[in-house]
Amino acid sequence: MSVQPSVVQNSGQVLPAGHEPANLGDILERVLDRGIVIAGDIRVSLLDIELLTLKLRLVIASVDTARQIGIDWWEHDPWLSSRARPPVEPGPRDPEQVEAERRPRIARRAASREAWDDLA
Amino acid sequence: MTSPEPAGTAAADPRTGAWLHGVVRDVEPGTLATTASLEGDPVRAVRAAGLTAVVSTVPLSAYGEEALRRNLEDLAWLERAARAHHAVVDALSRAGAVVPARLATVHHGDEGVARVLVERHDELAATLDRLDGREEWGVKGYAVPGAVPRAAAPAGGGGAGAAYLRRRRAQLTAREEGQRIAAEAAAAVHEALAGYAVAARRHAPQDRRLSGAATAMVVNGAYLVDRPRLKGFSALVDALADRHPEIRLELTGPWPPYSFVAEPTTEAAHAVREPA
Repeated sequence: MSVQPSVVQNSGQVLPAGHEPANLGDILERVLDRGIVIAGDIRVSLLDIELLTLKLRLVIASVDTARQIGIDWWEHDPWLSSRARPPVEPGPRDPEQVEAERRPRIARRAASREAWDDLA
Repeated sequence: MTSPEPAGTAAADPRTGAWLHGVVRDVEPGTLATTASLEGDPVRAVRAAGLTAVVSTVPLSAYGEEALRRNLEDLAWLERAARAHHAVVDALSRAGAVVPARLATVHHGDEGVARVLVERHDELAATLDRLDGREEWGVKGYAVPGAVPRAAAPAGGGGAGAAYLRRRRAQLTAREEGQRIAAEAAAAVHEALAGYAVAARRHAPQDRRLSGAATAMVVNGAYLVDRPRLKGFSALVDALADRHPEIRLELTGPWPPYSFVAEPTTEAAHAVREPA
């Protein structure tokens, strides 16, 4: 099994054309949980943000990654359906990886629905 | 004390606010002109106390308290805002040191932004000094269930299908042991990287539903690296990946220094090493 790290460049300028933008989950994790906290005039309480983050973690896999492994249920979810995404060309698949992904995908889907119901 | 950019008159409009992206020492007019705000027009600079805040002018109809709370619940809106905010911070970080602001830091006008620059001048200036010439790199490590323990991998005939099933069964029985070994490898990897970096943070691993990965994330580290030492850092990641086949490492970056601007006390549980 290959263990070489894959390098994802976030700065668009050095990327070859057509490279995926930075992973949405990575961006959200940083802009929601990190960065300097400055009290603005508009107060969106931290509690709200934490709740939001929790919902994200429960409801949605990283959109980029999810698309790559064929998760598209949010496109039919009224909470998330305000935007459609273009289809993605599937790459060559390792059968073992497909198998590993298939099970959590179903479990994830069920768990996400339940968790969302709990929060709603 | 403040001297907003010429385009900044819009912030005097009571119907608009100023969304703070980050604080820099100074910013070139060219950078402002070519960096899109949340609303698509160029971002603006608000200057005070020798520091510069870079802001988007935003309509309070969408970014006022009630509207903002509602919009943040809309994942498509949130994604757009997060990507746009990140793009501004990223553009600033490529031009020099930047202190990124957390998402959704909104003031009614430029005066409020300028007041922050004055009141928190010392802290902001010290942080900018500390970040100069450095960038954040992320290293995520995922468990590789099949990789350990190697001794347990059975041999035998029966064709590829049977061999696959045997391997799969061995993986499942080895899962707990594999998790322990992966956790130890994660700690070793983080320690080695933290020893090389200027500063390091070990964040909570992303939930699999957020990471989208097939296996558990066991390390989610952020490392502040001196730019001239970047090749060495990357080589170290390669070496660690070779040394620890039980976890799959993923290097991401360069990131603006999101993980290295907060007060260390707020993340003491994950803080590993503070800069000298």
